[in-house]
Amino acid sequence: MTARDRRAAWLHVAVLAGLLALQAVLPPFHHTMVARIMVLAAFAVGYNLLLGYTGLMSLGHAMFFAAGVYGAGLPVYYAGLGAGPAMALGVLAGVALAALVGALVLRTSGVAFLIVTMMFAQVVFLTALYFNPITGGDQGLVLTGRLPPVHLFGLELTAASPAVKYNVAWGVLAAALLVTLGLVRSPAGRALVAIRENEERTRMLGYNTFAYKWLAFVTAGGIAALAGAAYALLFSYVGATFASILYSIYPLLWTLLGGVGTTLGPLVGTGIMTYVVDVASGITTSYLLVVGAVLVLLIMRLPAGVMGGVRRRWWPWLP
Amino acid sequence: MPGRRLTRREALKAAGALAGAAAAGRLAGLLPGAPGPQQTVRAAAPSGTPLRIGFEVHRTGIGAVYGRWYERTTTAAVRFINETGGIAGRPVQIVAEDDGTDPKRGVEVIEKLAQQHKVDFIFGTLFSNVVIANAPRAGELKIPYFVVSEGYHVASGKLNRYTLQPGITDVRAQVTALAPWIVNNLGKRIALVYPDYAFGYDHRDFMGALAPRLGATIVAQVPIPPTETSFTRYFPRIPANTDVIYHVMVGPGVLTFVKEMGEHFGARKPKMFGFIDSLEGVDIAAPGLEYLDGTYIWEAFPRYAGEYNTPHERAYRQRVGVGPTGASTADPKDISTYSHMFGCWETLFFIKRVVEASGYRSPRDYKALIEAAEKVTDIAEGPGHPQGPKRFVGRLHQVFGQQFVSQVANKRLKVVHRTKIEDGMYTPEADYTKQPL
Repeated sequence: MTARDRRAAWLHVAVLAGLLALQAVLPPFHHTMVARIMVLAAFAVGYNLLLGYTGLMSLGHAMFFAAGVYGAGLPVYYAGLGAGPAMALGVLAGVALAALVGALVLRTSGVAFLIVTMMFAQVVFLTALYFNPITGGDQGLVLTGRLPPVHLFGLELTAASPAVKYNVAWGVLAAALLVTLGLVRSPAGRALVAIRENEERTRMLGYNTFAYKWLAFVTAGGIAALAGAAYALLFSYVGATFASILYSIYPLLWTLLGGVGTTLGPLVGTGIMTYVVDVASGITTSYLLVVGAVLVLLIMRLPAGVMGGVRRRWWPWLP
Repeated sequence: MPGRRLTRREALKAAGALAGAAAAGRLAGLLPGAPGPQQTVRAAAPSGTPLRIGFEVHRTGIGAVYGRWYERTTTAAVRFINETGGIAGRPVQIVAEDDGTDPKRGVEVIEKLAQQHKVDFIFGTLFSNVVIANAPRAGELKIPYFVVSEGYHVASGKLNRYTLQPGITDVRAQVTALAPWIVNNLGKRIALVYPDYAFGYDHRDFMGALAPRLGATIVAQVPIPPTETSFTRYFPRIPANTDVIYHVMVGPGVLTFVKEMGEHFGARKPKMFGFIDSLEGVDIAAPGLEYLDGTYIWEAFPRYAGEYNTPHERAYRQRVGVGPTGASTADPKDISTYSHMFGCWETLFFIKRVVEASGYRSPRDYKALIEAAEKVTDIAEGPGHPQGPKRFVGRLHQVFGQQFVSQVANKRLKVVHRTKIEDGMYTPEADYTKQPL
């Protein structure tokens, strides 16, 4: 491991340890808020693997988040499945969907890729509406009372507990970050960056670029599904809204704001965006104007996103 | 000390002062005369710690038109409540937060209102997906959550004991009340046209189940995807011998829908029955809606003044700032959502009633408050309930009330029928009172 890698590893450990410790001092509202930010940041971390490291801008990432939501939520709702197997099914649903969709959409690139991913996500959204008797459609399903508690070390853990919400969310973010960090620092990750920079040249060097892109797509889909499954179980709700176009735009926005191609950027972007909306809405009814102004200012001052700016100015070793 | 008799000058001065004080007091509302419908009945000014009510409002997103009017109605209701003594003598303070009509943000708003603003109750949410996403969190936080949503989700039993809908009837009750009138007056061969998502399915399922029992037949079911912008290809699926088209279109496509329906059926149109949800916030006289002339529309509360001519309706209309055509008195182009927004007004008065009945002082009294709410049965028509009398069913946490059928005539809505409360009542499927608090 090089000194650069060690620094990066320590930074991630410090960020995760800091987040873990933070729960001891956060007031109740911010406790749950940060938990939600961590789950959604994991969603964006996966997306960043596509956009930031592979150069694939998708507008359909909500379909994988929704796959996780339904993959975990429906077995709980209909069969009373436990949290662990439900999470596993959620991730499996996202991975399977990403494997299938990736095999098709990766035949396109650029704007065509953007549009085709959006169309597939729309298919998932409309499918969730069409099977309304099962999925609850746009109104959704409530999981309260259907998720059995988990017994661990003599403790009964339920999703209603703030500590459970926080620590599960932390675990999801940690898993997403470590998988992403591991991948981007691996030879496969170098190949992804090479594809982002010049796919033709990478192919000429003998790399199977389609296979590498498919790997990134499936990994990103799996991480999004993990986040979706956690969101459904922690907040006891399953609904088609999570497959809508808005939830494909969110990770794009969070990633751009936090720093494309930086592992911590999506976490920073999700946190900033969530808190700017929350604080501004408490000050003015025209808070969307404030949010827009903040975004414009940030992009003007830090065109590579917050962590991109940090890497450019202070920490060139930032992964 | 010997007594001193008042001089005539002193007596006159005293009498003048009393008369002046009485006149000033009357002007200030301190010495009320007999209240007319437009007058405020003033009570002792509320004092003490304010009762803080969190208002989750759709200021942005797809529900913004409703949210704007929900907020105006809420502001007017709170002003009225505070002018008339507050709730249990305490002033009411509204803490509003926008949820963007988004389930994710909605849950954040619930948490913010409960944990950061530390409100006593939360109320106001309309869109079903936001309500259904929020309710579990309100239940986890154990805070009473009063929704103004019209959905069947509360009465269906899928939410929890902390969620109540005391100010507006649900879609099942509306369909149950209206179906007999439709069958008896418009015809027995019915084609259903509805949006291809849950709101439309509620209409399809409730009307579809009721029609055979009333001797009617559903001749076609035409779901229309929410992404559709042109509707021409759907109309051939409606059989030529259809007596009545039952339509529930919502959203910006409604003008195109009506226009294309007119082009398809022409003068030989079947009778038509629609729901005002399609036209809330829309001027009935808007170009393109001419084809609706002569058709029938459900209203929860007649938009045009004089169609439900009661002193309470007039007072409510004036206080909220709605003119005789249903538009804002400040802007004739700003059409209200009259058939929904009264739910905010009535919910706040329901809260007043149960707070005062339960002796609620602080969140420690939530159990007593919810149990008091579940004991409410009849709600009399009055200043707090201008839409009409209601019946609250405690085990369902749902209120029932009267419905109106209006006919579109001369570019306005004219009431032709009013149902009774019991017309909309159905067999309960849920019992929240069995859930622990």
